[in-house]
Amino acid sequence: MESFTSLLPNLALGFQTAVSLQNLTYCFIGVFVGTLVGVLPGIGPLAAIAMLLPATFNLPPVGALIMLAGIYYGTQYGGSTTSILVNLPGESASVVTCIDGYQMAKNGRAGPALAIAAIGSFFAGTVGTILIALFGPPLAEIALKFGAPEYFSLMSMGLIASAVLASGSMMKAIAMIFLGLLFGIVGTDVNSGMSRFTFGMSGLADGLSFVVVAMGLFGFGEILSNLEKGQEVSSRELLTKKIDHLYPTWQDLKLSIGPILRGTSIGAFFGTLPGAGPTISAFSSYALEKKMAKHPEEFGKGAIQGVAGPEAANNAAAQCAFIPTLTLGIPGSGTMALILGALTIQGIAPGPQVMTQRPELFWGLIASMWIGNAMLVILNLPLIGLWVKLLSVPYRILFPSIMVFMAIGVYSVNNLDLDIYMTVFFGLMGYVFVKLKCEPAPLILAFVLGPLMEENLRRALLISRGDPTVFFTRPISAVFLGLTILLLVVMILPNIRKKRDVAFREPDAA
Amino acid sequence: MNIKGQEDFWAGVMFISFGALAIYLSIDYPYGTGARMGPGYFPTWLGIIMALLGLGIVVSGLRVEGPKVHRFAFKAILLLGAGFIFFGWAIDHIGFVAATVVLTILSAAAGREFRYKEVIIMAICLLIGTWALFIKGLELPFPLFWWR
Repeated sequence: MESFTSLLPNLALGFQTAVSLQNLTYCFIGVFVGTLVGVLPGIGPLAAIAMLLPATFNLPPVGALIMLAGIYYGTQYGGSTTSILVNLPGESASVVTCIDGYQMAKNGRAGPALAIAAIGSFFAGTVGTILIALFGPPLAEIALKFGAPEYFSLMSMGLIASAVLASGSMMKAIAMIFLGLLFGIVGTDVNSGMSRFTFGMSGLADGLSFVVVAMGLFGFGEILSNLEKGQEVSSRELLTKKIDHLYPTWQDLKLSIGPILRGTSIGAFFGTLPGAGPTISAFSSYALEKKMAKHPEEFGKGAIQGVAGPEAANNAAAQCAFIPTLTLGIPGSGTMALILGALTIQGIAPGPQVMTQRPELFWGLIASMWIGNAMLVILNLPLIGLWVKLLSVPYRILFPSIMVFMAIGVYSVNNLDLDIYMTVFFGLMGYVFVKLKCEPAPLILAFVLGPLMEENLRRALLISRGDPTVFFTRPISAVFLGLTILLLVVMILPNIRKKRDVAFREPDAA
Repeated sequence: MNIKGQEDFWAGVMFISFGALAIYLSIDYPYGTGARMGPGYFPTWLGIIMALLGLGIVVSGLRVEGPKVHRFAFKAILLLGAGFIFFGWAIDHIGFVAATVVLTILSAAAGREFRYKEVIIMAICLLIGTWALFIKGLELPFPLFWWR
């Protein structure tokens, strides 16, 4: 296979790019800030990246991308640290880690729990990196052959998958997709030059800015709903016990190997699928480990498998989410959409051609991910004390600070006051969505894909002279659409629907 | 009629309204034909499908028992909204310093407790921190005061 022979020189180029002092620094800043944000409750990875996006505008493209990616998987690590130590998931993918991780910490085994989480994540991250390196190039080659109908069908599949895998009512999630698509096409229509849904505001001619929508929904809206809860977001059960031994025993390691391997596979699968992500991977892995365990009754009381599996799974998924993003130019999640947005701002059109035209960018990023993962292991363990201290910052200080950072971040993108006002609008929308239990993740994905979907639909129908069967007569497109319909049908079957609901509810109840 | 699931019911109403708005606004955009989609084609269909989904969600809200929607946090909405809107206006008119300080204070007022000393110290720290990071560090061209 060609991709195997060119793998080594490609990786060499990647490491050459990534280990330059400058890029190592960006990588370090990224993972450090990411961990910090992951530790703080109330700011998810999406809001964090959105907030820090303006800071990368002046960097060279490779550096910007490396830093953003570092923030992304840094948050994953940070989230697991607080889950274990204080029973507070910093972000949704580490909700599962709380269950057994915190119990382990209570039993005085915080050290091994943290170490296993780090080892599992590092292993999964390494595998993820290799997978991207192996499958990225051939996938991109296939993607280069895609025409408009294929792209349209693929995006439909990704969107439906994101709705199916979102928690809560599926009908609402699908409606959110359509709302997102509509928000996405606000602005000047590329084909006719006509302004759509701008309400006469010239600031909307270029469309709604992604940063505005993301910050509004996930930053502003989140703060509003936290404030509504009245009390401090956290019931701080700060662990005062000293963490004396970090190292897991042989017994721990033996128990963890299986879960780490299985978790990595689950994560790699869901991560590659556009629309799915770390959260669902972690949940599935936990469910699987509980089924496979010899003593399932230990789960919920500090079973190390319940930490190892989900932690490996969410990190593998986080890493593999880069596969569709970088090879097809189609983001699998809101966070990936932001990273693509950063690429666009840097003047690089995302898509399969990136790999051939800017190899140093692609391979540099991959190499930096592995380095970043290693840094996280080294960084996280000695700094645990600092992270714990950070957690004692009360929310009444945290949220005004987030507000200020958000305001400056939003304004700095275009120096446009309209962007700030629109953020308030989307903040209100985000708050209403939370109140009405409408999951915003599918919306943000659809928002990014909106213009792409319209353009590809237009082109596909132009080629076929208006005949919509083109989506079913082209084989690749038919497969994507077939899978989409299968996903929908399967989820409507009452039996599986129940299981899906249980999968989302179980960890909450525990 | 008895609304059993308020969350679903109002979510459905929201989707129907957005869908109807999209369809209504799209009337002004040329629809075109299948082979030559006009700017109105895609949004019209998005609006129609969304309104239909909304209808389905409303029906499920009428039929299936669900949780109530609780009161909105109006105080937080007003204060945070005002803070942001003031920031958007102020940063270009009276400068970064006033914009940041006022936003900090208004935001803090939206919380449960408001400790004067703490808020003042926080505002000063945030001001210095963001000034160092964004204006000194990243060289963003914000005027500090209205005279510059």
